[in-house]
Amino acid sequence: MDRDVIISFEDFGFQYDAQAEPTLYDINLQIRKGEKVLIAGPSGCGKSTLAHCINGLVPGSYPGKISGKLTVAGKDAMELGLFGLSKIIGTVLQDSDGQFIGLTVAEDIAFALENDCVPTEEMRRQVEKVAELVDVKGVLHHAPHEISGGQKQRVGLGGVMVGQVDVLLFDEPLANLDPATGKQAIVLIDEIQKRTGCAVIIIEHRVEDVLYKTVDRMIVMDEGRIQYDGDPDALLCSELLQEKGIREPLYVTALKYAGVELKKEMRPSYLPELTLSEEQKEKVRAWFEAQPPVVEKEKQEVLLKAEDIDFTYDGGHHALRGISATIHKGEMLSIVGTNGAGKSTFSKVICGFEKPQKGVLTLHGEDLSGFSIKERADSIGYVMQNPNQMISKVQIFDEVALGLRNRGVSEEEIRPRVEETLKICGLYPFRNWPVSALSYGQKKRVTIASILVLDPEIILLDEPTAGQDLKHYTEIMDFLSELNDRGVTVVLITHDMHLMLEYTPRAIVFHGGRVIADKTAAEVLNDPAIVKEAHLKETSLYHLSALCGIADPQEFTRRFIARDREVRK
Amino acid sequence: MINLFNYIDRPSPIHRLTGACKLICLILWTLAAMTSFYTPLLLAMTVASLLLFRIAKLKVKDISFVVGLMLVYIVLNNVLIFLFSPDHGTSIYGTETVLLKLIGPYVITAEQLFYHLNVILKNACTVPIVLLFVCTTNPSEFAASLNRVGVSYKISYAVALALRYIPDIQREYRDISLAQQARGTEMSKKASLVNRLKAASTILIPLILSSMDRIETISNAMELRGFGKSGKRTWYSGKKFSKMDILCIILCVVLMALSLLITFLNGSRYYNPFM
Repeated sequence: MDRDVIISFEDFGFQYDAQAEPTLYDINLQIRKGEKVLIAGPSGCGKSTLAHCINGLVPGSYPGKISGKLTVAGKDAMELGLFGLSKIIGTVLQDSDGQFIGLTVAEDIAFALENDCVPTEEMRRQVEKVAELVDVKGVLHHAPHEISGGQKQRVGLGGVMVGQVDVLLFDEPLANLDPATGKQAIVLIDEIQKRTGCAVIIIEHRVEDVLYKTVDRMIVMDEGRIQYDGDPDALLCSELLQEKGIREPLYVTALKYAGVELKKEMRPSYLPELTLSEEQKEKVRAWFEAQPPVVEKEKQEVLLKAEDIDFTYDGGHHALRGISATIHKGEMLSIVGTNGAGKSTFSKVICGFEKPQKGVLTLHGEDLSGFSIKERADSIGYVMQNPNQMISKVQIFDEVALGLRNRGVSEEEIRPRVEETLKICGLYPFRNWPVSALSYGQKKRVTIASILVLDPEIILLDEPTAGQDLKHYTEIMDFLSELNDRGVTVVLITHDMHLMLEYTPRAIVFHGGRVIADKTAAEVLNDPAIVKEAHLKETSLYHLSALCGIADPQEFTRRFIARDREVRK
Repeated sequence: MINLFNYIDRPSPIHRLTGACKLICLILWTLAAMTSFYTPLLLAMTVASLLLFRIAKLKVKDISFVVGLMLVYIVLNNVLIFLFSPDHGTSIYGTETVLLKLIGPYVITAEQLFYHLNVILKNACTVPIVLLFVCTTNPSEFAASLNRVGVSYKISYAVALALRYIPDIQREYRDISLAQQARGTEMSKKASLVNRLKAASTILIPLILSSMDRIETISNAMELRGFGKSGKRTWYSGKKFSKMDILCIILCVVLMALSLLITFLNGSRYYNPFM
């Protein structure tokens, strides 16, 4: 065997004990030392299971039947076991909050050393060194809630690097980060790889964001099998990503729409090196001219209005300063900004969960300050990010009926209303199922249904598509657009730039407890000052339009989005 | 938010002691208080424990909830003692000085009252010390100190993690509860007790489910970094004993010895002012 190979799967297969079908089939895959590999695939394709096999959680924590062979650093993975593998492979989990074990940054980085019985003095030295490498030296004695999401991820990375591993495995590293922090994370991973020579495996369905820095190889998985293993440029020239329900980089899709035939030599996998001939640029310009201009919906009467709202938490943390905003009837809009910018607090104030110290909130011109949480909920529905935090009944029907029963509606009236809502949400066939049998996306729908059944005028959703792949993302968002077409006003709190561009004409940008912008999504993303301040990220379409000499990148983006939505429908 | 059992970070000499030292002192102190009913000693220990509480810069309002809970416990404890053995004091001290006759066997005697005073003093000199330990030892040092006195590190770490997650879970409980209230679950005093219990279940189920997710993530994260691979581990937050630590332990050993000595010299655990 090639001596450079550090991980090698041979005819490998795996079936969880609790499942009827195998999750992985015929995996043949080799990872070489120092290589950087991106593994992409839709939800349920087996990519997380593959990661669990590499780091030993399978079969250590998730037992099942293994066939074939997995060799890591020349040894059989089963013999190495979870602990043996942990010396070779460092895993950074998706949930940077949940994986924070120590009470402070320093303790968390030291955790692996503690388990290796490294003496305290030596441990302190090594922690310092690693903290410098991942740039968290200034916050060594901070608690997890005192540092930002990006810093938490750096700590997570430090915590595995301290063990001097040969492979760094990232399980969806971008899932919980705002766009700008995600970009920094990709830069950091790239730097660390270059500096330490570790092999890096990134598991992620947000391909474009990972390709902000080059990767050596891309692997596409679907239905438990490897569908592609090779050069990223060649992959992007093909239709495979689209077919497998993975979003390809937007500029690639745009070039394909414009009829540009992609070639490997054009470097489509790395935007800064993408080369287009004059003829190809002309094709893109011609396509742009040919697309119909996008007409915006006319604004209707004012539904909800916030005037000069101030809110300070008990601890003295000033969360909202002078917030003024207007939401029109029938609108679909985004509230964006970093963690801690005040967007969640603002939604809590709207729902009456928190009482502002100053300012007025009106609905249809009526002051809401005297309204209880329950009374507000009759007009304003709130859907939490994590469906598991909302669902309290065993049966889907009962869960959706809960709000009506609490309001003393008669059973004769409840049945048709719940059934109607279940139909709208595409859950009617499952009405007698237990909630636990549903997928995450379906649970999300149950929570939306349980709010929708109360017939609110506005629905507020916190990160409705977090952690969803393209297929589920499109399902949820198209469903919300349909609701919007039926006249429900939809407000989305989100990190997802694409969601904001694609589905919400208007965006309100929060930063440091203030509203720093309130304009169209395309305008927001075209304003470098706002993008920088609010930790957003400009889309690659702007670079493409600049490359092709198109003067109005905003309009180019709008036309592309309109076209893309049509195609995907 | 209610502070149950949380570390309160303030600069004080007590905070600077190592966790292990504080744990050893706590055990010695509690043993000394448990074995003896010698009133002057208990009185002195009560005064000392309140003094230590001041030195640690803790305020009653930091822990008002727990203090309230303890007061309820003390009252309940005393009421029950009186209900089940109203003549316990008489049988201990050998005399009977009736102060007030109630119904049937229930007679208030000076001996019984004195016995109750001793029970209260025993609580009063241990409770502040326990709170002192919990509030001045951060959870990871707490784990390190449990491990140092011989408790398995896995159990130590589990205890420390549980303590650490209390504020997170309180926060999550609040979020879930608000979202449920928005769906019309009545949690206020307006609802009957039965309905409030039902309402609590609609919050507890999601809370338990999301806590299970949290446990799965953290236990995976811990195993992936080698937690549990060997019988021993070291601690980043582990501190070496300082002179102050050793001095404190010596003082507590002396206290323990004093308590035993008094019992031995006195010939009984009880201080008897009646004979």
